[in-house]
Amino acid sequence: MIGKSSLIKPRLQVESELAPSRTASVLAKAVRAALSYGLLLGLVAIALILASVSPTFLTRTNLLNVALQASVVAVMAFGETFVILTAGIDLSVGSVLGLTGVVMASTTNHFGTPLGILTGLALGAMLGTVSGLFITQAKMAPFIATLAMLAIGRGLTYVFTNGQPILVHSPTFNFFGQGSVVDVPVPVILMFAIFAVCWVILTQTRFGRYVLAIGGNPEVTRLSGIPIRRYVTMVYALTGLLAAVGGLILTARLGTGDPNGGIGYELDVIAAVVIGGTSLAGGRGSVFRTLLGALIMAVVANGLVLLNVNPFWSQAVRGCIILVAVLADSVQRKSWYE
Amino acid sequence: MSTATAEAAVQLIGIGKAFAGVQALRDVSLTASAGAVTGLVGENGAGKTTLLKILAGVYKPDRGRIALGGVPASFNDPAAAQAAGIAIIHQEVNVLPHLSVAENIYLSHLPRRGPFVDWPRLRDDCAAVLDNLRVKLDPETPVGELSLARQQMVEIARAIAQHARILAMDEPTASLSSEEVAILFSTIRQLTAEGVTVIFVSHRLEEVFEIADPIAVLRDGQMVGTMPRAQATTERVIELMVGRPIDRQFPKEVAEVGPVVLEVEHLSTEQLLRDVSLTVHRGEVVGLAGLVGAGRTELARAIFGVDRLSAGSIRIQGREVRIGSPADAIRLGIGFVPEDRKRSGLLLRFPLYANHTLPSLRRFVRSGRVVKRLETSAFQRWTKELSIHARDALEEARDLSGGNQQKVVLAKWLELSPQLLILDEPTRGIDVGAKVEIYDIMNRLVKSGTAILMISSDLPEVLGMSDRIVVMHEGRITGEFARGAAREQVMEAAIA
Repeated sequence: MIGKSSLIKPRLQVESELAPSRTASVLAKAVRAALSYGLLLGLVAIALILASVSPTFLTRTNLLNVALQASVVAVMAFGETFVILTAGIDLSVGSVLGLTGVVMASTTNHFGTPLGILTGLALGAMLGTVSGLFITQAKMAPFIATLAMLAIGRGLTYVFTNGQPILVHSPTFNFFGQGSVVDVPVPVILMFAIFAVCWVILTQTRFGRYVLAIGGNPEVTRLSGIPIRRYVTMVYALTGLLAAVGGLILTARLGTGDPNGGIGYELDVIAAVVIGGTSLAGGRGSVFRTLLGALIMAVVANGLVLLNVNPFWSQAVRGCIILVAVLADSVQRKSWYE
Repeated sequence: MSTATAEAAVQLIGIGKAFAGVQALRDVSLTASAGAVTGLVGENGAGKTTLLKILAGVYKPDRGRIALGGVPASFNDPAAAQAAGIAIIHQEVNVLPHLSVAENIYLSHLPRRGPFVDWPRLRDDCAAVLDNLRVKLDPETPVGELSLARQQMVEIARAIAQHARILAMDEPTASLSSEEVAILFSTIRQLTAEGVTVIFVSHRLEEVFEIADPIAVLRDGQMVGTMPRAQATTERVIELMVGRPIDRQFPKEVAEVGPVVLEVEHLSTEQLLRDVSLTVHRGEVVGLAGLVGAGRTELARAIFGVDRLSAGSIRIQGREVRIGSPADAIRLGIGFVPEDRKRSGLLLRFPLYANHTLPSLRRFVRSGRVVKRLETSAFQRWTKELSIHARDALEEARDLSGGNQQKVVLAKWLELSPQLLILDEPTRGIDVGAKVEIYDIMNRLVKSGTAILMISSDLPEVLGMSDRIVVMHEGRITGEFARGAAREQVMEAAIA
């Protein structure tokens, strides 16, 4: 007669009258601390395993290569971290990379490197702003608005290039992808520099605090006098800007504005953020952990190559990493369906 | 099951329960008779909810036993308690808003014909249950379209449809207007007349006195007194709850009233407000009374720049202002403590210092960087000032009790030294001791020249703490009274 519907089950209230909630939260904090170490430990463990099975892994050249491989996704993922912290999502980063990349290639050829790069970066920020305005002013769901931008950006890339790659003639431009300073590739330097800037923005500035607060509870934040629409729009602009930096690095590395550049990157970017443990519900996360997430993905991809694993496996392995990383985080939470 | 009409329908005997070393309940005994409403009162943390959860099979007691109609019972899980006829009605309604009344009531056992839902029978069954409860509701209305009180009726009907004979209600009136409370009470009386056992947990002593007999008081996990209603007085019950006599429930101190701070003239909004005019002076508490839905919160939101005005003007210290956003309001020296602190007042998973400095963060920036040390020390100052009980500034807001959470929300606005503070239900859901502390803070604020606009559905609170009382009904102001007005006058204006 009486079913097992959760409807009629007396609910466990989120806030108990009692101390256990405090004990639980202390415990959760300990678990969380272990996990943020865990991510680093995981990276080290994977590295140790690879070092023991492959003599080339720990060489300077290979490690720099790993960092180089990680750089484009990492830079874009720093931006995506901000978006996800506001409980949003930006699916358009791969397309923004593609469009800004070919536009940069073309404008650099016509007007020189500085103007070319500036145009590309401005375009990225502008595309992000457009997504942001659709989200904040037209009240669209971030998923929808940026899905549209994903299609529009890629479409414009093909229109702009007629589907043909654009060869970049400027060596100055290509320095940003192919050059190195004291043997460290420029993209790696860019990655760490942008990481540092993003870390400061997120942890040390009002902007960063507001981003976290908006993700924590937009209503509370708005009633505290923070113009949340403006901040959310700025966050999408930042993501667009950093996607354009990704476009710069990739285009400069290839020496070519590739109309297919960045296809599918949004998934790697979101994966890096998620492996880093930033909550898709917003409010909690860090760019440092996103950096670790991007590095773990690159290390594993590198390891598969070193171990001569059939490259077709790499996608599946990446999926498994996401599951393992998020599993560690989700065990402390109630099920989505409870 | 209906044979369980013995005097003591429910007996909890010597219940003890500890969580992680903290003794939540110690040797608690409670007897609830069939056909009676047993009131259970106590401060937050006294153990009321734990006791109900033990009755509902959510927790297993460490010691003690449960008897139903004199027969020992023990529940391994909530389903077992349900099967024994026990249902709990929570403070927040627990319904599926897009499904109909009938579907909500019968969701777990929809009548079927073959593999399909038997809709005609569902409708008839549902109508019968509602009729039995004397509740006039269309079984096909989506529950989301009903008022909160009606949604609660649906929950009660669901319990009855599942043959519950013992209903435990945990703060069922917390979000109901007084009209709706009246509807709920008539349903409760209907139920008890049919022999249902009701356990009624509430913070609002008035309501407990109205509906419950006997009344049991819990304090710090122990049963400190059970008395028939005839012997219960507010003073006595509060003293038992708090463990010490409270000299005055409303320690109002009248401050010197200065010039006008807020002047609202002929204000209207698209939605609800019509031609509202109101003033608040320096050093004055203006109490805004009315039923839920009268437009009091809407007025606060319009003044604070959340909702747009369609007509009318707002003056702050004599100067006409345009408040287009909360940021504008804050710049003009207005603070707003919203009614639902968990949803609109606090970032529950953020540390206290971050909650504290959210509206005033600009002040904690030095050469572009937010300086956490300044934030924590600012918060620490307020913990002393308002006696906030927190481990430290890094504790998460959700770990505090309701009273302390409310003080944190107050502190975050006081950091900006507002000239006008709007308090929406400032003491809802917090215990008696913490209430008096909030009143003391209000006294200190008006003495230092702050103007306070206090919205409250707790009429004794409005009467006890206001210098002036403004009453709203259906978006309009329907009465204004000086301090000392009679309860009946205010009620009359509220129903208008």
